[in-house]
Amino acid sequence: MIKQEENNIESERKIVVPGEIIISGNDFLPGEGTRREGRDIVASRYGLAEISGRLVKIIALSGIYMPRRGNVIIGKVNDITFNGWVMDINAPYLAFLPAAECPRFISKDDIASCYSIGDMLVAKVDNVKSKGVDLTIKPKGLGKLDDGLVIQVNSNKVPRVIGREGSMVNLIKQETNCDIVVGQNGIIWIKGNKIEDELFAKEVIMFVTEKSHLNGLTERVEEYIRKRK
Amino acid sequence: MSYTKRPDGRKFDETRKIKIQLGVVPNADGSALFAFGDTIAIAAVYGPKPLHPQHLQDPSKGIVRCNYDMLSFSVSERKRPGPSRRSSEISKVTEWALSNVINLEEFPNTVVDVHIQVIQANASTRVAGINAASLALAQAGVPMKELVAAVSIGKIDDKICVDLIKEEEDYEDGEGATDIPMAFLPKSGEIVLIQLDGKTSPEKLREAIEAGEKACREIAKKQEEALKEAKG
Amino acid sequence: MVSNLTKSRIIEYLNAGKRFDSRGVFDFRDLKIETGISNHAEGSARVKLGKTEILAGIKIGTAEPYTDSEDAGVLTTTAELSPLSSSKFEYGPPGIESIELARIVDRGIRESGMIDFKKLCIKEGEKVYSIYLDIYPINHDGNLIDAAAIASVAALLTSKMPKVDDEGNVQFGEWTNKGIPLTKNIPTTLTFYKIGKHILLDPVIEEEESSDARVSIAISHDKKPMIHAMQKGGYESFTKDEMFKIIDEAAKKSKEIFNQINKQVKVENE
Repeated sequence: MIKQEENNIESERKIVVPGEIIISGNDFLPGEGTRREGRDIVASRYGLAEISGRLVKIIALSGIYMPRRGNVIIGKVNDITFNGWVMDINAPYLAFLPAAECPRFISKDDIASCYSIGDMLVAKVDNVKSKGVDLTIKPKGLGKLDDGLVIQVNSNKVPRVIGREGSMVNLIKQETNCDIVVGQNGIIWIKGNKIEDELFAKEVIMFVTEKSHLNGLTERVEEYIRKRK
Repeated sequence: MSYTKRPDGRKFDETRKIKIQLGVVPNADGSALFAFGDTIAIAAVYGPKPLHPQHLQDPSKGIVRCNYDMLSFSVSERKRPGPSRRSSEISKVTEWALSNVINLEEFPNTVVDVHIQVIQANASTRVAGINAASLALAQAGVPMKELVAAVSIGKIDDKICVDLIKEEEDYEDGEGATDIPMAFLPKSGEIVLIQLDGKTSPEKLREAIEAGEKACREIAKKQEEALKEAKG
Repeated sequence: MVSNLTKSRIIEYLNAGKRFDSRGVFDFRDLKIETGISNHAEGSARVKLGKTEILAGIKIGTAEPYTDSEDAGVLTTTAELSPLSSSKFEYGPPGIESIELARIVDRGIRESGMIDFKKLCIKEGEKVYSIYLDIYPINHDGNLIDAAAIASVAALLTSKMPKVDDEGNVQFGEWTNKGIPLTKNIPTTLTFYKIGKHILLDPVIEEEESSDARVSIAISHDKKPMIHAMQKGGYESFTKDEMFKIIDEAAKKSKEIFNQINKQVKVENE
């Protein structure tokens, strides 16, 4: 995806509305958010149409978070069932974390001792089914979040907050001295040694989301940080 | 004496000035304001999101719920707050119109809630609401076949007029006023909403429908422009 | 999604004298007031307090007076908390939140004597003016009560009385040049929220949801501060000291908000 961005030609990406013909031709494949109608590939949702090779798809610019396999997200435990935790991940579906995912051994009667209602967890989307999303916390770096500030941004802006290969979030971490975890679902966790640092990190992140559509975002953010310091 | 001039000087096939603003309700997943002149409606869309209680869920696809209401002070004579029979009916025909283009097969057991409020009324309120809702749904990223555009067509005496104002709705001379709100799908040309009250011949009704389709295509262009300018 | 982490963080910040969005504890967010936003209303206002947006509108009709005040006009205040403005609300008959909000706003206006009800009498015992104040949030990001109170006052200040025919019936769509008969006692309502041991004003939604108690105070400032209404809400308690501090701050702060209202609202009637 990143290479594509670098070779990107203006005309290969345009904002489309539902029902709009993106491109015509039997060679093209209708990807996410698009459909084929005769020879045409038509938009089925509002967003940025991207043509890479033969694949045509829509990149969302707005709207709710759609979970994808492999996404790292931050969610909140809403409910405890007999075999796991039901979590709110700010998506069209509730997510489920099976009891077996608890990092230490617990008995089935003891599920609440691992994670309780209200706990915030960083987890990975393991599977997206029609009834819901399955989560895992086995991979490194996942698990319960302690302490820290949790904020919510538009999930569509997350790629900008993370930046190319993490460049933006790393810049913010460095300049604010904070540990930051960005969930693909728009939930972000910030932890710093000083309150001022956490609030500063929050402000910089909000700045990024407000100016996300502008060019030269990195320079703008660097200047914003300089001014505020 | 035929109806030869509109009170605001518009051409018979001309809508009032259209104003569109996106994102007017930050809490919503998508929202928009749509105005025909001084008829102003806002719509806010929340979803797709989990639907509770469970017995309302549809395991084959998500459902759409619509609620249309008018602010009590949006009209001349105060409308008592709360649902009325009129607003319930408009909510339902709006839901039918919008559901036609919405595809929630990828979102079983969820709901998309569409909330419409009329802030200021000068006739054509339900169609302004549908136009606002169509934009809000698009901004919310709800999967849609295409946009929905709506307009009120009237037969005032014997003239087919586009985008009625209240003064025209109340016209009593000659054949009086027949109010025909309609909604079209701009690409496919299909009709997803049509209502009528008044008195008209089949020929005039056909003429009204043609006028409606043309006006809706123009309205859809404006919706498209606004969405493209907003960039999300 | 307000988490326990956020609530405990908010309290930690407050312990260090800082707020979640970097304001001082008694600082209001950016306040914008627009009037005349709905042309069929006798008066109307849109208030934006940060991202909270609320509309208030006035419709005036005529009615029979209440039997215990046959020479006075009538005020009815309603709030409709639509799910359009927040996923916290649901459709249905007015819940306690909307009822309480309307009553708090109403009490401030009524008890301050802002409206000269006796001047709203058309024919004693038979016909009086009836003022309807209706409040609608458009986006809920905390502190609906105070935003609603500001919008209501702004709408009342800029209303125009409708024309009434000889039989005392309102002529829809026609207005006089006169405003609603008002006095100089204009109320400002401030709601103080308690989070842990901290008291603050104008919370954003995360702060409001983290709070355990609140108290709303309506004050007017004709010659000196006068308190007209109070309402404590929430399960937690206030100490006497906390309450005294709140009352002092209310007297100071309400003048500031009142000045802002005056600055932004062109009062056309005397």
